[in-house]
Amino acid sequence: MAFLNFIHQPKNELEQGGRASAPVQQDLGEPEKTCPNCRKQIPLSRLWAAKNTCTCGYHFRMRARQRIGLIADSKSFNEMYEDIVSVDPLDFPGYREKLETVQHAANEMEAVICGNCTIGGTECAVFAMDPYFMMGSMGCAVGEKITLLFEYATDKHLPVVGFTVSGGARMQEGLLSLMQMAKTSGAVKRHSDAGLFYLTVLTDPTTGGVTASFAMEGDIIIAEPGATVGFAGARVIEQTTKKSLPKGFQKSEFILEHGFADAIVPREWQKDVIASLLSIHKGGGKA
Amino acid sequence: MSLQPYERVKIARGAKRPTGCDYIEGIFTDFFELHGDRRFADDAAIVGGVARIDGNPVTVIAIEKGHTAKERMQRAFGAPNPEGYRKALRLMKQAEKFGRPVICFIDTSGAFCGIGAEERGQGQAIAENLCEMMTLKVPILSILIGEGGSGGALALGVADRVWMMQNAVYSVISPEGCASILWKDSAKADEAAASLKLTAEDAYRFGIVEHILNEAEIGQPIFYKKLKDKIIKELDMLASDENLIENRYNRFRRIGRYSCNPEGKDETT
Ligand SMILES: [Zn+2]
Repeated sequence: MAFLNFIHQPKNELEQGGRASAPVQQDLGEPEKTCPNCRKQIPLSRLWAAKNTCTCGYHFRMRARQRIGLIADSKSFNEMYEDIVSVDPLDFPGYREKLETVQHAANEMEAVICGNCTIGGTECAVFAMDPYFMMGSMGCAVGEKITLLFEYATDKHLPVVGFTVSGGARMQEGLLSLMQMAKTSGAVKRHSDAGLFYLTVLTDPTTGGVTASFAMEGDIIIAEPGATVGFAGARVIEQTTKKSLPKGFQKSEFILEHGFADAIVPREWQKDVIASLLSIHKGGGKA
Repeated sequence: MSLQPYERVKIARGAKRPTGCDYIEGIFTDFFELHGDRRFADDAAIVGGVARIDGNPVTVIAIEKGHTAKERMQRAFGAPNPEGYRKALRLMKQAEKFGRPVICFIDTSGAFCGIGAEERGQGQAIAENLCEMMTLKVPILSILIGEGGSGGALALGVADRVWMMQNAVYSVISPEGCASILWKDSAKADEAAASLKLTAEDAYRFGIVEHILNEAEIGQPIFYKKLKDKIIKELDMLASDENLIENRYNRFRRIGRYSCNPEGKDETT
């Protein structure tokens, strides 16, 4: 496979670190970060050059904008639906304050970024969820943005590429959050029935209501190495069943082994793999 | 309503409350149970089969918690495994093939939480049901009869009409789970239940259910008779809906509250 030898160079300013004002990691400003896997100290500049991965293979979590910067062709990304933000429909204790705090700290308005771009020259709709915005949880705004994106892609006959990371449905929006699973799934189904291609990349962690909806509905499902992917939380399962969990439980390798992902693709190769798969599916869709 | 939300939760969970099989027996005739997902196993937490209502063939699917301790164990307290959801989908596809409507009775604290359930793709099984139910060519009516626990309940709830028993609850997370995440104290479940807005009236207010069913005569023959008549009438109406799938899509498409500008005004429903 040719792309295995391909060394991906940063091509645009987004790839170099996203928005100038966006915190790259929570601990931006510290000179080094410790790899939780091999304990090595990695200077932040080198960490970024390696797409937030360690030489041992450990993949650190990434901001949504960085994700898009890594895969979108230079200057091709146009953001969409950025005005859609959460409200507090249930008057849930502390939610309004929490939203404000998170919006400020994460320098994002919502847990998902949507838009269009080209990847390896192929036009597509793209979304990336943000682990630093309430752990990518899905409330009404996230559900609406994802749904609008799939409706747009269906209308324009475009494939969709999506990076998932989520703790699940957003508890603070109650039943309305739960219904977003059905709403987004409906939009994915219409896109699929139109003969269009949808590729998901499962990143750490993808759980709960997002796993049980659009994360698992891709025509091709790729997982990032070492990502936790599951429906129920591991700790909850352990407490409920009072059994110790097998080694590697709910990790990407486990998901692949049990037949729920097509491949594990390291970040290094993701752009080339995605570009190649988009190219293979070109001309899809019933015009 | 004078009952507090957490009292509703307790009523919804009550062991003496009619379960899925009681509704099947009370409402339908000629029920014949169909087992297995044809892939892995048969899940006793979901009962499904063919039956008649007012002489017409239907497919009926019910989450069954069981009544006795032994039966509840055997049915995993109504917590379905992936094979349960896959059996349900198989029966829905069969209903589509033969052009008969689907009626689902929902009563679960949530999808089964276990190692095997994850190994066999609990998330994928639920996701597939959400997609496939959205475009099923025959009418679907789902009735929440007890607990509507999160994605495990929604996996049978993508329907043209969703009804709820007066004391049923429908929630994204259990009040206990919510309390332990929010306040690190599962004893505050009553506060969480109030915050989550999980009652039938709340669901109706948010446009998530069309109809709340009175419980005054629950479990009595007259209760099933009245519900049966309502179902017959509703199926009649759905049978003549020429935009069934479009209307089902729009039913869910509308749900959600968010703002379209950064100031948090202009709330849209
Ligand atoms: Zn390392």
